[in-house]
Amino acid sequence: MAVTSPPSTRAGLGSEPTVPVTKGGLAGRLFAGLSTGAGILILLVLAAVAVFLVIEAWPALTASPEELQEISWFKADSLLAYIGPLVFGTLLASILALLIAVPVSVGIALFISHYAPRRLAQGLGYLIDLLAAIPSVVYGLWGALWLLPILNPFFTWLSGTLGFIPLFEGYQAPAKNIMSASIVLAVMILPIITAVSREVFLQTPVLHEEASLALGATRWEMVRMAVLPFGRSGVISASMLGLGRALGETMAVLMVISPGFLYSLFLLKPGQQQTIAANIASKFPEASGLAVSTLIATGLALFVITFVVNMIARWIIARRKDFSGAN
Amino acid sequence: MLALTLAACGSNSTDSGGGAATDGAENGSTEDLTGTLAGAGASSQEKAVAGWIAGFGDIAPGVTLSYDAVGSGGGREQFLSGATQFAGSDAALKDDELATATDRCFGGEAIEVPLYISPIAVIYNLPGVDAEHLNLSAETLAKIFNREITTWNDPAIAAENEGVTLPSTAIIPVNRSDESGTTENFTEYLADASNGAWPHEASGDWPLSGGQSGQGTQGVVDTVTGAEGAIGYADASRAGDLGTAAIKVGEEYVPFSPEAAAKVVDASPRAADATDKRLVVEIDRTTTEAGAYPLVLISYSIACDTYDKAEDAANVKAYLTYVASEEGQARAAEPSVAGSAPISDALRTEVQAALDTISVKS
Repeated sequence: MAVTSPPSTRAGLGSEPTVPVTKGGLAGRLFAGLSTGAGILILLVLAAVAVFLVIEAWPALTASPEELQEISWFKADSLLAYIGPLVFGTLLASILALLIAVPVSVGIALFISHYAPRRLAQGLGYLIDLLAAIPSVVYGLWGALWLLPILNPFFTWLSGTLGFIPLFEGYQAPAKNIMSASIVLAVMILPIITAVSREVFLQTPVLHEEASLALGATRWEMVRMAVLPFGRSGVISASMLGLGRALGETMAVLMVISPGFLYSLFLLKPGQQQTIAANIASKFPEASGLAVSTLIATGLALFVITFVVNMIARWIIARRKDFSGAN
Repeated sequence: MLALTLAACGSNSTDSGGGAATDGAENGSTEDLTGTLAGAGASSQEKAVAGWIAGFGDIAPGVTLSYDAVGSGGGREQFLSGATQFAGSDAALKDDELATATDRCFGGEAIEVPLYISPIAVIYNLPGVDAEHLNLSAETLAKIFNREITTWNDPAIAAENEGVTLPSTAIIPVNRSDESGTTENFTEYLADASNGAWPHEASGDWPLSGGQSGQGTQGVVDTVTGAEGAIGYADASRAGDLGTAAIKVGEEYVPFSPEAAAKVVDASPRAADATDKRLVVEIDRTTTEAGAYPLVLISYSIACDTYDKAEDAANVKAYLTYVASEEGQARAAEPSVAGSAPISDALRTEVQAALDTISVKS
């Protein structure tokens, strides 16, 4: 009788209530079960990773400093003193990358959503998404072989003219410092921040935009008063996604930076900072026994940092929820 | 570029295509051998081992041979636990490991033979200097890498290079950022031969911080290439177009060469606890032997003299015999394989005598 299923269901409701109800119930239950299962699975995976990290890191966590110092590359006084500078380096590189990437990303996103002609916007959007698909090792190669020589004259000038500021003191060629690493990281996280921000900006209610224009606002004022406040929490979420990628990035940093283990804010000096992920990749191939546990302990620290960063992001978003239209 | 973290991919099954076998092993045919032969250890000899795996596949197509470059320590550990039949290691077995080795070798003894000798080159990026090799003594090198000599026209460098116009470029010392046998041998050379100018101990991990460095051999070569005035140290086969230094031995300056590297191994004494089966060499970094190049890395092949399975004993013996043979050493010496220095005939005779003791547990 009926060709499509909705009418048959509606027809069934009147005459034979039991059949369609059980049908719908079965499908519904199945779907509910599947999605609950998927939800539980992700929690289990997360728990498994955490448990693995703790178990594998346990020998290092419980070892005395003397035992740890038998590892050839372990020169710190304690495990915390070893992890500390790595955490510092990881956060410094990621935050620098974020400082560079977020303004550029928001600019690109606004251009695509509110300024560019439609056809150009579409093409540009594709291009940005494509950037996100490039493997990080390619970014590393690009950074090490192409970007470093280009940054060299710029850094030489920066260190020469602004060298009195400790931040820019003591540059030494080639440009294998944390600034270069952060620039490569910034390029890597740019696409994801741009893509999410663009989607959020596009969600701005047209009524808000038209209202502000009707009140005599210029396009920039409209963006400032209607689009940006609406998209703020979205941009923060996007930044946190980018930060997550930057925190865990390995190959690009490994190939670009001359590592060091200091709490140092010299951005242009070589051999000052190192990130956790790059350090693990560098030392793991030749490590055995307690050395592996120590590296996994640093991995545990990275796991915790990522968690904390996400918590802070959630907190910021939750705090601003009332003022934003995104929810 | 990517000799980075991908180091643990050494497992290569042999190609069994070669029908016309060139019988390289001295004792008997190897064509009838079958089974699997697993090794693990130093990444320094990984490329050479890859060449040997291919070469051994030609003469013993029935054996599946693999090598996992997990690092020297990991390789010795796996060998002693019985997971692998042989190991590659930049360092000889330690005392406690020797005790374990007796159990692992079914009451027998461990065999340690230096089958991979690789010269380490001091590389520099000075395009304006036309000398073929800059002459540098260990003392000057130590001061350069300890950042006491900071410009190329320093009187100490000029005194050793009369007639060479040196630029006033700043010196940028570059080291390995990862732990490595190359660094260990280089720092050992600096510590032993520099008359106290190198205040640090020999170590696989670079002792100074806050300088330029590169990940792996290629990372160092790239970093040195990336800045004029940079100086570093790397496996000699990878020096490429960069300048290489001649180092001071006695009163003369010797550039690296396979012969010079093999020569220092012959001229060096054996370790105090070395035996006929454990040919452990203590490289004499301060040698004055003419034409010897003391900046070398030795990597050992470690095996047992007794195995419980006839198959293992025969395979290990045939493989290591091939590696020690002129053919095997020549294969690793090819620039496209590893560019190592072939061992001398005198050393080969000793190695072969040790390998001939490999047998099955009776």
